[in-house]
Amino acid sequence: MYLTKSISAISLGALLIATTGFAASHSDKAAKAAVGARHAQMQIIAYHTGILGGMAKGEAEYDAEKAKAAASNLHAAAMLDPSTMWVEGTENGMVEGSDAKPEVWTDAEGFASKLENLQTASAAMMDAAGTDLDALKASMGNLGKACGACHDDYRVPKN
Amino acid sequence: MRRTLLILLGCAVLGAALGWVLTRPDPLEPNYAQGLTPDPQAGALIFAAGGCVSCHAVPKSEDEAQLVLAGGLAFPSKFGTFYAPNISPDPEQGIGTWTLPQFARAVTRGVSPEGQHYYPAFPYTAYGHLAPQDVANLFAYMQSLPASDTPSQAHEVGFPFNIRRSLGMWKLLFADDDYVLSGDHDAEVLRGRYLAEGLAHCGECHTPRNALGALDRSAWLTGAPNPSGKGKIPGITPAQLEWSKVDLVEYFTSGFTPEYDSAGGEMAEVVRNLSQLPESDRAAIAAYLKALPGD
Repeated sequence: MYLTKSISAISLGALLIATTGFAASHSDKAAKAAVGARHAQMQIIAYHTGILGGMAKGEAEYDAEKAKAAASNLHAAAMLDPSTMWVEGTENGMVEGSDAKPEVWTDAEGFASKLENLQTASAAMMDAAGTDLDALKASMGNLGKACGACHDDYRVPKN
Repeated sequence: MRRTLLILLGCAVLGAALGWVLTRPDPLEPNYAQGLTPDPQAGALIFAAGGCVSCHAVPKSEDEAQLVLAGGLAFPSKFGTFYAPNISPDPEQGIGTWTLPQFARAVTRGVSPEGQHYYPAFPYTAYGHLAPQDVANLFAYMQSLPASDTPSQAHEVGFPFNIRRSLGMWKLLFADDDYVLSGDHDAEVLRGRYLAEGLAHCGECHTPRNALGALDRSAWLTGAPNPSGKGKIPGITPAQLEWSKVDLVEYFTSGFTPEYDSAGGEMAEVVRNLSQLPESDRAAIAAYLKALPGD
């Protein structure tokens, strides 16, 4: 009898530990996935900015259609609802690979306004990219400023 | 014995006198920029290239508010913590009552109107390259900015660095009026040198410092530890940075790296400043960087 009780207790304990372990690894995985999704979003933005930048620099020939497509994809990526990816507890130091400063959450209002600036800049780029090369070039500066301003306040320094 | 003592005493007095003379702040040049007509609009570009806002604006201020140069930003260092002073045109707390020669001596020689040495946290060794016309334009522009009556914060510097006169020795040892990049170069590179080594003072962050906080000119722009303690400020000579001239100009204009990441940290502010300059100036800085040895 005593033995059965002990075995039950041990099993229950093991089960508890196992469950907690599972829960931790599960949330760990979810946090990693959220960070991964953010990086994918940034990559899509960087890729399309690269297409526009190549034209602005004169490394690629200006192509209105292509520029417009790049700008509209960029804008679509900028418009993604942040709430699913910028989940709490995924700042730098908490999740491997995360460069997000805790200020993303402690200063949520400021972060939201920086995101809005990006969306304004990417919307302006959509109009400019298809117009002509000069308009595209002029819009690059504002886009860069929007990226930089947010990285400055909400991303840990790279090096 | 008595004679030896007397000689020693004499040497000490002479040495002290010599030291006193050598560490004397540079005198005021009352005729500085005389006959030149200041152009405040051109001064706005000097102001941007010099990055004045990055240190003297109220910390965390943005846009128009950055033009209130009330200071307050802290610069921690191993010598103590320096605070950017109020350089708004307020007559009491700022520099509203300064004359152009006083301003020129402060900016290009690092000496206050009271005749005291400034700490080299203020990059006057770089600004020493400035042409009088540019200094006059800058002064005219800065006097047109909004005034703030916020008092400047005192530096927190311990002995012996709190003896201002010792900075005279520092200047004697380390302030160098010559450019680092020597030799024959085209007009664009020379313009870039004026901007990069002088006004934009790139070396202040991108060049390592010696034990006394002076720039190691033999390792010019080869990168340095970040004074914040975290990470490293990258080297930007051709040996360390393989960006093309076009890449550099784009970076100075929009802040985009060749991978379309964006400038971060202090460099984001530098880009904000450089983006206001004419494109030819950004191209000149890029040409200068490409002309540095180490390719």
